[in-house]
Amino acid sequence: MKPAPFAYLRPATLEEALAALAGQQGAKVLAGGQSLVPLLSMRLAAPSMLVDINALPDLGHVTVSPGGAGDGAGEGVRIGALARHADVLASAEATASQPLLAMALSHVAHPTIRNRGTTVGSLVHADAAAEMPMVLRLLDGSVDVASVRGRRTIPAAELFAGPLESTLAHDEIAVEAFFPALGPGAGVAFQEIARRHGDYALVGVAAHVETAGGEVTRARVGFVSVSDVPVVVDVTDALDDPAGAALAELEPADDIHATAAYRAHLVKVLTPRVLADAIHHARQTTTQGRSA
Amino acid sequence: MSIPGAEQLHDVRLHVNGSVHEVQVPARRLLSDALRHDCGLTGTHVGCEHGVCGACTILVDGRPVRSCLMLAVSAVDAEITTVEGLTEDDGSLSPVQQAFSDCHGLQCGFCTPGFLTTITAGLADNPDPSEEEAREMIAGNLCRCTGYQNIVKSVLRAAELGKGDE
Amino acid sequence: MTTKLFGAKVPRVEDQRFLRGQGRYVDDLLTDDPRLLHAAVLRSPHAHARIVDIDVSDVLDLDGVVAVWTWEDLTGPMAEPLPLLIPHPTLTHGRTQYALAREEVNYVGEAIAFVVAVDRYVAEDAVARIRVDYEHLQPVVGIAAARAAERTVHDDVPDNVGARMEQENGDARAAIAAAPHTLTLDLDIERSACTPMEGRGTVARWDPDTSRLTVWSSTQTSTGVRGCVAAKLGLDLAKVDVITPDVGGGFGVKVVHPWPEELLVPLAAKTLGRPVKYTEDRREHFISSAHERAQEHHVEVGFDDEGRVLGLDVEFWHDHGAYTPYGLIVPIITSTQLLGPYKPQNYRVVFESLYTNTVIVTPYRGAGRPQGCFVMERTMDAIAAYLGKDRTEVRSANFIQPDEFPYEHGLIFQDGRELTYDSGDYPASLAKLKELVGWDEFEDFRAEMAAQGRRVGIGLACYVEGTGVGPYEGAHVHIETSGKVKVATGLTTQGQGHQTAFAQIVADTLGVRFEDVEVTTGDTRKMPYAVGTFASRAAVMSGSAIHLAALRAKEKALRIAAEALEASEEDLEIADGVVSVKGTDASIDLGTVAVLSNPLRYAFDEASKAATQFSVGDPGKPPVAEGDEPGLEGKDFYSPPRSTFANGMHAVIVETDPDTAEITILKYAVVHDCGHLINPMIVEGQIHGGVAQGVGGALYERMAYDESGQLLNASFMDFLMPYVTEVPTSIDIDHLETPSPLNPLGIKGAGEAGVIPSAAVFAAAIEDAEGFPITAMPISPSELFELRLAHADEPDPTEAPTRSTP
Repeated sequence: MKPAPFAYLRPATLEEALAALAGQQGAKVLAGGQSLVPLLSMRLAAPSMLVDINALPDLGHVTVSPGGAGDGAGEGVRIGALARHADVLASAEATASQPLLAMALSHVAHPTIRNRGTTVGSLVHADAAAEMPMVLRLLDGSVDVASVRGRRTIPAAELFAGPLESTLAHDEIAVEAFFPALGPGAGVAFQEIARRHGDYALVGVAAHVETAGGEVTRARVGFVSVSDVPVVVDVTDALDDPAGAALAELEPADDIHATAAYRAHLVKVLTPRVLADAIHHARQTTTQGRSA
Repeated sequence: MSIPGAEQLHDVRLHVNGSVHEVQVPARRLLSDALRHDCGLTGTHVGCEHGVCGACTILVDGRPVRSCLMLAVSAVDAEITTVEGLTEDDGSLSPVQQAFSDCHGLQCGFCTPGFLTTITAGLADNPDPSEEEAREMIAGNLCRCTGYQNIVKSVLRAAELGKGDE
Repeated sequence: MTTKLFGAKVPRVEDQRFLRGQGRYVDDLLTDDPRLLHAAVLRSPHAHARIVDIDVSDVLDLDGVVAVWTWEDLTGPMAEPLPLLIPHPTLTHGRTQYALAREEVNYVGEAIAFVVAVDRYVAEDAVARIRVDYEHLQPVVGIAAARAAERTVHDDVPDNVGARMEQENGDARAAIAAAPHTLTLDLDIERSACTPMEGRGTVARWDPDTSRLTVWSSTQTSTGVRGCVAAKLGLDLAKVDVITPDVGGGFGVKVVHPWPEELLVPLAAKTLGRPVKYTEDRREHFISSAHERAQEHHVEVGFDDEGRVLGLDVEFWHDHGAYTPYGLIVPIITSTQLLGPYKPQNYRVVFESLYTNTVIVTPYRGAGRPQGCFVMERTMDAIAAYLGKDRTEVRSANFIQPDEFPYEHGLIFQDGRELTYDSGDYPASLAKLKELVGWDEFEDFRAEMAAQGRRVGIGLACYVEGTGVGPYEGAHVHIETSGKVKVATGLTTQGQGHQTAFAQIVADTLGVRFEDVEVTTGDTRKMPYAVGTFASRAAVMSGSAIHLAALRAKEKALRIAAEALEASEEDLEIADGVVSVKGTDASIDLGTVAVLSNPLRYAFDEASKAATQFSVGDPGKPPVAEGDEPGLEGKDFYSPPRSTFANGMHAVIVETDPDTAEITILKYAVVHDCGHLINPMIVEGQIHGGVAQGVGGALYERMAYDESGQLLNASFMDFLMPYVTEVPTSIDIDHLETPSPLNPLGIKGAGEAGVIPSAAVFAAAIEDAEGFPITAMPISPSELFELRLAHADEPDPTEAPTRSTP
């Protein structure tokens, strides 16, 4: 299990990195490498070149940007391409702004993997069994990408094209992810069931609800490992049977760890639980917000 | 088609256990292989080469990282600590190493270096873990021999020994 | 003697190097040798195919590639099939593979070509360039397909049956027919594997100056590897040294030999005149190293109102994979060790060992016992459920009693000897277990948990394990003039702490300081006569041999010391390396005794000066007396008439989540009897590891083959070995020490014990929690969920397991 040969570039500037990507059709970006390197070692991926972005400046940030910023994205957490999962988890400011980040990140593999793996890298790896793509999708976040052709923002709803496939062009580098902050009266929750602690979930469920005067005005639920791409279902009008509504849009499948029926069952078990947690969270944060 | 013989070699300066190792490696050389075969530090073991078992865990700038999931060329700016670097300056065992001996925390010893590095960093972050936290600290490392019972004890014992040092 | 070390929790000496990163495993060797070459293997991607053509023309022009071998390049014995290591009269259709596939491949992972290059990366590049034309054949995957025999693995084995074996004591079928009650059960176990953290590995170096081959292999039998390498390469045995360095776990898989690479690496080293290394990677370990466990069993049992088994008839089918290099050891062990601590009046067992197009099956820790224990204990539970009796009562009614030893079962065991238990006290073990797990208090606990909406269950399982099988092990004990004691035994070590446990024995037997004893294992240069480390035999066999060898050295030391001290041997004692006359100040160091034992001409140091010809001996006699030898040494062998039988009982309390079907372990208890304990710390470590491996086997691990014979989970991502988060948070252990009468130390083996009852005990506890029968293991939450669905319509959820009335 050793990688096939590839050319390697460790650029010092983003411009240099983008130029290299543009000039090499088979090039791939190396950030944390926690998903890419195993694929290389198993020779399931054989890029002609790796563009190692770990030496690029100014991409390790985890910051909370206030609302009303120039790009109109509102308040939220901005995560640079070189911020490790562990950096995000360690940012009290970020996890306070959007508590779902911490709830989900603590389920991403094990701490040692989170020390190296990047959140942005996980997003563009676009694995429907991974937590963070679904979280971005549920929160309606976005990813900023750059190429020699310029920069653009890809909304989460347009980021995931298929199994392990994002909508980034081959010459684009995802430079930053944006996770909107938890709004007033909103709440989030996350639960997953995995075979072993730290494994990819058999089923993972996150919920995002908005409340007004204690009543739920909007409820959306996101799912891990029950479809080819991260799926979010609006259950605002199905609060009495959110799982039923969700299962209408999910495609749980058999694999060696679980039958489709068991996955569907876990969706039924977890969805109402997580939704209730999120509603509880919304009420709790609202109360705390008032008392503060 | 690329010919491996024509494969470009990169001059890489690795900072390991306080020493500098100048090595010439192709880009694809895994850091685990560079440490073992180019630096001669065979204490870091390779158990799966896909990042799951944790045997190859080293400290990169103080944080536990899988050396099989890093390229040597990508480690140029890092301060690396391997199991060989855990021993005290006078050659005696560190508190974590000593605790493993005291508690029979190892059998075949193959996974042990990854546990030792992981726990060393873990106790630096949390010098007084509960039993539950001790378990959490080692939750990403596989051991096939011990059933982990005595590794958990070793974490708690190392915390005790570490306090004695202060 | 000062402090007795036998029985003490002595910290391990081997830890010092392991903890410093100074262990030396195979892949660590020769790393700084610039001449070292690295090997990689082309493996079949297909489960069953004919090889039409192999084209290696793109390989040799690759820079860095040194050589490539296919079967066509092999000559002499290397071109013949690999040995069938353990032949058996009933193995009528034994087959083994070639070192490199000839004409046909029979499992995904079978070696086809062997490439040697400057490093492993380039070797893998080369492997990727070899082109093979295959003619695809339909594979046989799984026991059902093998039994159906619509297709065959080997053309000349038309029913896929490699062996059919039957044993009977009494008349089981007549006894069942006459019994007041009968039950029928079908019980299945899936494939798993040893999965040590270190895979296989071999390094070889040919020395042209001495025409001598040195092989280092991560093996459980260095003498076995040596014999095979010499035979296959056509070398005199004396020209081959095999050294087993530190080994990163074995659990059975490394006792198989010679693996193709164990021959190809030495062949390449000798051919190329450069050292060659092969290190198996994790994927290769999954698809080319042995698996175990897969068996399907059909049980018919007849019993009386007390639950006493009157007749037991077991038929089972063993999946041995594509070849049978290790013979029938696994199913023979199942068929005999199934009986556990019980004495069915009449027992018949018959098995078929079947070919499938999957990785070979050879012993994995427990070796057929987990399946046997599962069958017997599920049967005991079924009888208890049928009669409405406590499960411990039914077991008690069937136990062999302490006064019935030695107990003869009337069967032949895996070593070709009669199955005769030497000692044990099963009622005492059960009493301890009930106490340890809180058996009698469990119903209160169940009610308490039920009140909280929680579902719990308890199970127990008992086993007897034949340990310390022959034929023999040997030991050599040498007391140097420094007083240091060098001990060599030939079997290998994989983390069991042999250097410590054996040094404890020597220190006690000889009366020397523990620190002065150094033990070498698995080096054919130091002990060329040995068998290997398997079947929980190291402590029993080498431990006993070392004790006997140390006694011989002691005998000689006392004889020489008596002469020097002008005292009678009976008046001497040895402590801390000093021989003294009891009750006096007269004493002599063992090192000095060693000096006296070896009359010298040359004085090369202070000690030897004292032994030169003008210093010692009676000038009227020959310096070395007739019948004597120079040096202070002892050598001996231990070869018992038959195995010794350890036993144990496990109990577990599990919680099953009513909603998610997740299974949580609340309590795990072990009562263990391996005779006298040399080092309780090490024994408990072995139990911990066995239990964890058992948890893996019962709840997480399986080899998931699809119908085309592809292993779908050949990685640690998908083969779910337990992390710390999956094992019990504590394992409560109690020991019983019923000594074995068969060896001088009264010991029995302990290595495999922890893993034997796992499938049985978890099945019992989950069944107890859920109220429907658990007949197949391992079990996942998904499978438990599906079982709940299947049993949802049953009127009585506490319905007993499959039953039939006479």
